[in-house]
Amino acid sequence: MTHWRTQALQRFLPWLLPLLIVAGWQLSSSTGWLSNRVMPAPGAVVEAAWQLSRSGELLHHLGISFRRAITGLIIGGGIGLVLGMISGLSRWGETLLDSTIQMARNIPHLALIPLVILWFGIDETARIFLVVLGTAFPIYLNTFHGIRGIDRNLMEMARSYGLTGWPLFAHVILPGAMPSILVGLRYSLGLMWLTLIVSETISASDGIGYLAMNAREFMQTDVVVLSILLYAALGKLADETARLLERRWLRWHPAYSKGAVT
Amino acid sequence: MSTPTNVASLYDVASPRTATTNARRAHPTGGLGLSLEGITKTFGAHQVLNHIDLDISAGQIVSIVGRSGCGKSTLLRLIAGLETHNAGRIDTNGHPLAEQTRLMFQDDRLLPWKSVINNIGLGLVGDWKARARDALAEVGLLEHADKWPAQLSGGQKQRVALARALIHQPRLLLLDEPLGALDALTRIEMQQLIERLWREHGFTMVLVTHDVAEAVQLGDRVIVLSSGRIELDQRIDLPRPRRHASPDVGAIETTVLQHVLGRNEHDATVFPASTPAATSIEGRA
Ligand SMILES: Nc1ncnc2c1ncn2[C@@H]1O[C@H](COP(=O)(O)OP(=O)(O)O)[C@@H](O)[C@H]1O
Ligand SMILES: [Mg+2]
Repeated sequence: MTHWRTQALQRFLPWLLPLLIVAGWQLSSSTGWLSNRVMPAPGAVVEAAWQLSRSGELLHHLGISFRRAITGLIIGGGIGLVLGMISGLSRWGETLLDSTIQMARNIPHLALIPLVILWFGIDETARIFLVVLGTAFPIYLNTFHGIRGIDRNLMEMARSYGLTGWPLFAHVILPGAMPSILVGLRYSLGLMWLTLIVSETISASDGIGYLAMNAREFMQTDVVVLSILLYAALGKLADETARLLERRWLRWHPAYSKGAVT
Repeated sequence: MSTPTNVASLYDVASPRTATTNARRAHPTGGLGLSLEGITKTFGAHQVLNHIDLDISAGQIVSIVGRSGCGKSTLLRLIAGLETHNAGRIDTNGHPLAEQTRLMFQDDRLLPWKSVINNIGLGLVGDWKARARDALAEVGLLEHADKWPAQLSGGQKQRVALARALIHQPRLLLLDEPLGALDALTRIEMQQLIERLWREHGFTMVLVTHDVAEAVQLGDRVIVLSSGRIELDQRIDLPRPRRHASPDVGAIETTVLQHVLGRNEHDATVFPASTPAATSIEGRA
């Protein structure tokens, strides 16, 4: 019984602070202490969400942002993964690629925005290109180090059991590098949203970033806050997806298994 | 150091093997005999193995002992094909060595991302699950088939590694200090298990160990390596299973230990072989 109660308390406790904050927020808005120009009441944000959902606008912008993010991640992550594997698996690949990539990695990709706009204008390609740039490097880096970090003794054992080529890759190299690759994926997911927010805010005619900037012009603080919350929710969703993959693919790892002692 | 005398020549290496005192279930293929001729290995300027000549007859257990760094692992890895030698040859009478040989390492080297049963099936194609379960049953771990290696104890992991080697029905099993990291009781259990499996399967076995007692317990022969050469080649014709610390076993342990430590009459009195501590050259890993 006490055990059950402790568990319920543990479930509830993390929500306590957010609830108090929202309550305080609503209170200061309705007493007029917090101006609507600065911060809309939580109720107003919910209202805006409701209105925009009903008109279908919300889903439209959400879908567009989501599609951009995923497209960029798949292309960027794919490039990072493939290049990381080439560098990780072959010394020649490393010599050819790694120093160049390490150099390029040090350029903050958002610094390229003016150049990207010159190249692609402000259309879809520009935004996806930026997301590609943002997501490729973390995955490249972690794939490379994941492969290089595989226990040499395990590789030797696998070879002595006759594994070469694809079986060696599929049974030893890829699963051995997977913890590191997933760390790279997490970093990439973070950068994916960050890049998209910036690029949609600067130049877009749709997407959540556009929604926010458009609302700013009309001083619709409720929609602005709603957009920020949406980004947060999408970020959380991405993080949960990465966690799910970790729990699924790294089940064997004592640190990720369900009964892990933390 | 004086040249090795009488013991090695008394037990002539090349003489044909006398019948074992134990009945043995026949292996479909039997053990693989092999002979090393003038095997030499250098790493840079460092000569690790210096013209090793060694005949290993089919079905024999050969124990190899020697100080740390004397080249035991290198010799084993050469036979397993994981290193190449600089001179000499390994003759197996035309049998393909690599396919019929399995090497077991000091660390279990199980793939942590594969379940126990899938580790045993590593490198196998086709319908191997049933065979893997048989192999697992042989080492007494059938109920752990679906666990992750991380969930097993050190001794259990080594048994899985043993099953993984045995499923390939090797005709030559090479063991590189496989029990070095185990506690004393688990060690004895593993020794008995290895001896039983050897009796049942009839493979040839080369066992590298730093434990002289273990070498004498299991070996048909004990080889002492020193400075890249064979310092002693000691036959052991005692009946199996051998009792720990029996006088016969103790006498041989003393001889072997003297050679390992550099044959010195003085040392022999300092290290009585019957005390377990004195039989371990390198201590526990
Ligand atoms: N890959 C290698 N490169 C250079 N030296 C090595 C290599 N492997 C082993 N050695 C050297 O060869 C000697 C014998 O090593 P090893 O066979 O592992 O000894 P043991 O197993 O008897 O302890 C040691 O001096 C070791 O440093
Ligand atoms: Mg060694």
